Amino acid sequence: MDITCEHAGDTLIARIHATRIDAAAAIRFKDRMREVLQAAAPRVVLDLSRVDFLDSSGLGAVVAVKKLAGPGRNLELAALTPTVQKVFRLTRMDQVFTIHPNAPAGVRHVG
Amino acid sequence: MSAEQPRMEDTPPPGVVRLVIPADPLAVRHALERLFSNFSPDILPNDLRCSAEIVIAEVLNNIVEHAYAGSQGDIELSVQPVPGGLWCSVTDHGTPMPDNMLPGARAPDVQADDMPEGGFGWYMIHALAQGIRYARVGGTNRLTFHLRAEQ
Repeated sequence: MDITCEHAGDTLIARIHATRIDAAAAIRFKDRMREVLQAAAPRVVLDLSRVDFLDSSGLGAVVAVKKLAGPGRNLELAALTPTVQKVFRLTRMDQVFTIHPNAPAGVRHVG
Repeated sequence: MSAEQPRMEDTPPPGVVRLVIPADPLAVRHALERLFSNFSPDILPNDLRCSAEIVIAEVLNNIVEHAYAGSQGDIELSVQPVPGGLWCSVTDHGTPMPDNMLPGARAPDVQADDMPEGGFGWYMIHALAQGIRYARVGGTNRLTFHLRAEQ
């Protein structure tokens, strides 16, 4: 799964270049995010603007990534598409994550 | 009757769309993509499409993970437009549901200290689908349900 990273101040922006975080992709997503989270940044924002679909496996993977980020780091979500929004709202996960309506503009590209 | 090609908007709405899906996550993904190419937006308004994709994905993934649990097999999915929404039937030849019953609708507690990573699938199915019925006949599991368009 292709995830590109940018730094904007103290924020690491992780842009998910996949259209689906589903049962077929959840493990790859977690593994790739584990690598991304090795970068030191107190705040991480997942840009989900390209993700059209996320199922319960994908939701579990996002929760797992939040745990990987650790208690000392904020993991936030941005630009949820309609079906993804529906899943977060239905499960009340939208009350647990900070969710931004728009994807953050990047400043500097890193790897 | 199985429908393989995307439909033109001015042809009559299709009857039953039937897909046979090998039990693995990637085949489930491809089947979902193929399934929705069969319906024009006037038959399938956006919100109904969202609900349908969520529910059908969860049902299919459950069969792959639990009914077949790693062994090979096929899943038969039938979807039919009906007044107000869709009627769906899913059949597989894997192991039966525990206690021959539908799993319940209890939502995992997202506010728990250790946030849950699973258990959301059946909660979402119950929240979005209506009239969910399960039957075990011979060596076959059959699940049927309705999905309603929002009024």
